[in-house]
Amino acid sequence: MEIAVISGKGGTGKSSIAAAFATLNEEVVVADCDVDAANLYLLFNPTHEEEIAYISGNKAIIDYHLCTNCGICESYCRFDAIKFIDKKVFISEISCDGCFLCSRICPEKAITMVQNDRSRMYSGSFRNGKMVYGRLSPGEENSGKLVNLVREKAKEVAKENNLGTIILDGPPGIGCPVISTITGVDKVVIVTEPTISGLHDMQRTIEIVQKFNLPANIIINKYDLNSSMSKQIEEWCDQNEIAIVGQLPFDKLVTEAMIQSKSITEINPDHEMSKNIKAIWNKMLDQKK
Amino acid sequence: MIKIAIASGKGGTGKTLVATNIFHTLVKKEIDTVLVDCDAEAPNAVAFFNTNLNRAVEVTQLVPVIDTNACTFCGKCHEYCNYNAIFFLPPMKIINVMEDLCHGCGACSIACKDEAITEKPVSLGVVNLYSNNGKPSLVEARMNIGVMSPVPVIKAAIKQSIDMTGIVILDSPPGTSCPFIQTVASADYVILVTEPTPFGFSDLQQSIETLKKINKPFGVIINRAGIGNNTVRDWLQENNISLLMEIPFKNEIARRYSIGELVSAEDLFFAEQLNTVVENIITQNGNSGH
Repeated sequence: MEIAVISGKGGTGKSSIAAAFATLNEEVVVADCDVDAANLYLLFNPTHEEEIAYISGNKAIIDYHLCTNCGICESYCRFDAIKFIDKKVFISEISCDGCFLCSRICPEKAITMVQNDRSRMYSGSFRNGKMVYGRLSPGEENSGKLVNLVREKAKEVAKENNLGTIILDGPPGIGCPVISTITGVDKVVIVTEPTISGLHDMQRTIEIVQKFNLPANIIINKYDLNSSMSKQIEEWCDQNEIAIVGQLPFDKLVTEAMIQSKSITEINPDHEMSKNIKAIWNKMLDQKK
Repeated sequence: MIKIAIASGKGGTGKTLVATNIFHTLVKKEIDTVLVDCDAEAPNAVAFFNTNLNRAVEVTQLVPVIDTNACTFCGKCHEYCNYNAIFFLPPMKIINVMEDLCHGCGACSIACKDEAITEKPVSLGVVNLYSNNGKPSLVEARMNIGVMSPVPVIKAAIKQSIDMTGIVILDSPPGTSCPFIQTVASADYVILVTEPTPFGFSDLQQSIETLKKINKPFGVIINRAGIGNNTVRDWLQENNISLLMEIPFKNEIARRYSIGELVSAEDLFFAEQLNTVVENIITQNGNSGH
């Protein structure tokens, strides 16, 4: 069973909740799909049994010995990546999309494509099982492909080790990496917070989740920071027949756990918060698909 | 005039809190200011203001349309496409465009020698242009759900702000990948917002590493100071990175933000602090920029 924890809005508490879910179990596979800002490894300090380079795309590079500054490449580039600076053709690494077109049309064959190979995927063990995570090199395209790779690896590791549960910690937003995180999973948990931004982003996230015919399970985190806003989220969910599986208070325990590199349920299993998270997890397991 | 991007590696650290309150503070001081919400996947800044929508500019991308009557199934377009967006089965004479994978580079049109490929625009999102108290000053990038990358919509939003006068505040998307780089690349200065927690610290270091690579001047605001520990503050000091401001963790700030209210409207000390941050940035980084 694959369970994805996502949010739309960043900083709602996805990773802390995913970590708590993971450590409630004897043994699981945890996959950190937030490859742009991976954080779970900070709590779990996993071993690196395997490291795989990931090619995130290509970049065009000009050989100025061959370039005649004819400008043909500039006229064909649709990503505004090629410009004349001081009468010299210049390719912006930031804007280049790696489509190869300039390298194909250059009459002087002055443009070559190089692979972006600085991103990595790691696979290893932590105290509650196996962990797979990706780290996208800064500035590279988060197309969701690295997320797919992380998920495939997680499934492979689960099979090899006979582990039935995979917990996915998702990225924020509603783009490709999120879609890659939830495609084909069994359950989705959306963590939101009682703010206008939290509500808006949750609504956009639910739209995505529903496109995949998955039921959305909502957790309102830090609900007591604004109870009336939490009510508003509850009402909206009621009207739209979206299940709220739990509400968690704002508690210092979350940051304290993080500082000690532990999950909420590890640092204090008897705390109200931990009991709540356990109840949410059990509720999720009891659900019919 | 100067362009200041408000960014953070980690989501939810308070980018929008800082961006909206800086904008509000400067406008109140009658300083020409424009706010551009570049978080196209989850835009939220506009909700904090009384606005009028002046114009919605559609952002499109071209995707190929293959005329199978003219197509000779040579496979050249399939070969040119680096995004695997052209599905090609030569023996079956099947050729299809998978629009979701297309980046609109136009390589297939160039590849085709049989004039079988034309292009049509598809929508990626909109750039909404709003007035705040009668002045056109808010730009919002909003990506359609299901679109591959927010970058084209972000670029279009930043372009819209070029002709506007005043200090430009860019509310950046989280992370350090393409959408973040696109946003900060056009800025003269970057304010990184973080929180004093291990997650915040780790993502801050990644953002700083990225900004150093592209030679962008930056400073840091620690939000929710008081939760967590002192690691971020100590680290900034050790590394001579300027700490622009600390925003204490207060239930009142969280409550106001949660209902779409501006903290700087009531908390004049907070407003003055933000104003000083911006004044210092302008003094130190000049008024020229772009």
